[in-house]
Amino acid sequence: MAEIIVVTSGKGGVGKTTSSAAIATGLAQRGKKTVVIDFDVGLRNLDLIMGVERRVVFDIVNVISGEARLNQALIKDKRVETLSILPASQTRDKDALTKEGVGKIIEELSKDHDFIVCDSPAGIEKGALLALYFADQAIVVTNPEVSSVRDSDRILGVLQSKSKRAEEKREPVREHLLVTRYDPARVERGEMLKLEDIREILAIPLLGVIPESESVLKASNTGNPVIMDAESVAGQAYKDAVGRFLGDKIEHRFLEPTKKGLFSRLFGGRAA
Amino acid sequence: MSWLADLFKARKPEPPTAANAKERLQIVLAHERIGRTREDFLPKLQMEIVAVVAKYVAIDPGKVNVSLDRGGDMSTLAIEIDLPGPQAMPSRRAAAG
Ligand SMILES: Nc1ncnc2c1ncn2[C@@H]1O[C@H](COP(=O)(O)OP(=O)(O)OP(=O)(O)O)[C@@H](O)[C@H]1O
Ligand SMILES: [Mg+2]
Repeated sequence: MAEIIVVTSGKGGVGKTTSSAAIATGLAQRGKKTVVIDFDVGLRNLDLIMGVERRVVFDIVNVISGEARLNQALIKDKRVETLSILPASQTRDKDALTKEGVGKIIEELSKDHDFIVCDSPAGIEKGALLALYFADQAIVVTNPEVSSVRDSDRILGVLQSKSKRAEEKREPVREHLLVTRYDPARVERGEMLKLEDIREILAIPLLGVIPESESVLKASNTGNPVIMDAESVAGQAYKDAVGRFLGDKIEHRFLEPTKKGLFSRLFGGRAA
Repeated sequence: MSWLADLFKARKPEPPTAANAKERLQIVLAHERIGRTREDFLPKLQMEIVAVVAKYVAIDPGKVNVSLDRGGDMSTLAIEIDLPGPQAMPSRRAAAG
């Protein structure tokens, strides 16, 4: 039986797809059989972030409508053997996703995977509701910014009332906070919400803090999930988060501004 | 890491990635734009090829492997089907006789 993880936020553009790609890749790198599903029908992007955009033939909507078999639509990652990607449809509209159809796919994938990572679209409409409905665990992606924190709180309410676990009155979805695009220098200057403030307001366990990093753009340019960039602070922070998810005890890092040394000041080195 | 290594790392020119992003976008968008005006025939082509093969040999639909690579000038569609060997086929008397 697979563990179903939804990566969600309410607010758009906070780093759900970046995080889904990184975490799914990280879990697979740790030997877990992992599949990452794009739920953003009409605006698929996970394929680009994962670097498999040229290899998409079928998508989740083709599988639901019976036009293709699940194993035909799954794209096997060429870098990590235990990883595959199920793309969203680019042309169909959101109504093509049904609870029944998604349920069947998740049930079939559950049989031979350890983790199913669901990359939610923004909002609290159908696509987002379906992405979280089957979840056992939720990774709530939040930026240190008022509207993002508020929307995260909103999505936590949805998880607690509209998920399958909530409907069936089972043990609730396990929630994890993932703060992304954290800029310790701006926090220190008082320009950005502090980690402690976000934790105090949302009051759910902290999975990780991903610093704002230039390497995220580099990763999306090349189609390599940022966790594969071992030099980058964002990559390292995602790796730590995956470790914590799997039960490792790892201290949080990258919470303080980097003290610029003489040479980086001379040569203008920036956060990798 | 010593300061010397830091110094060299900071100065080592990294290959820029934006050109890579542009090339990937041009390829994927070229294919998507075609898809907007006429139907993408690749999925149908694949299904029909598999159906034709299935007419001649009993194939396990789980053992059909398809991979596609959409390129700028050329795309490749590779369909790999495990055909059951003669031993797995139901024995039939020779037709000529
Ligand atoms: N740690 C980071 N440092 C710098 N930029 C980041 C970081 N995380 C994400 N980004 C950037 O933020 C933007 C949005 O990221 P992403 O697409 O992952 O968000 P999303 O939540 O999936 O968006 P949507 O709601 O549209 O699906 C992208 O340009 C991405 O490169
Ligand atoms: Mg996204």
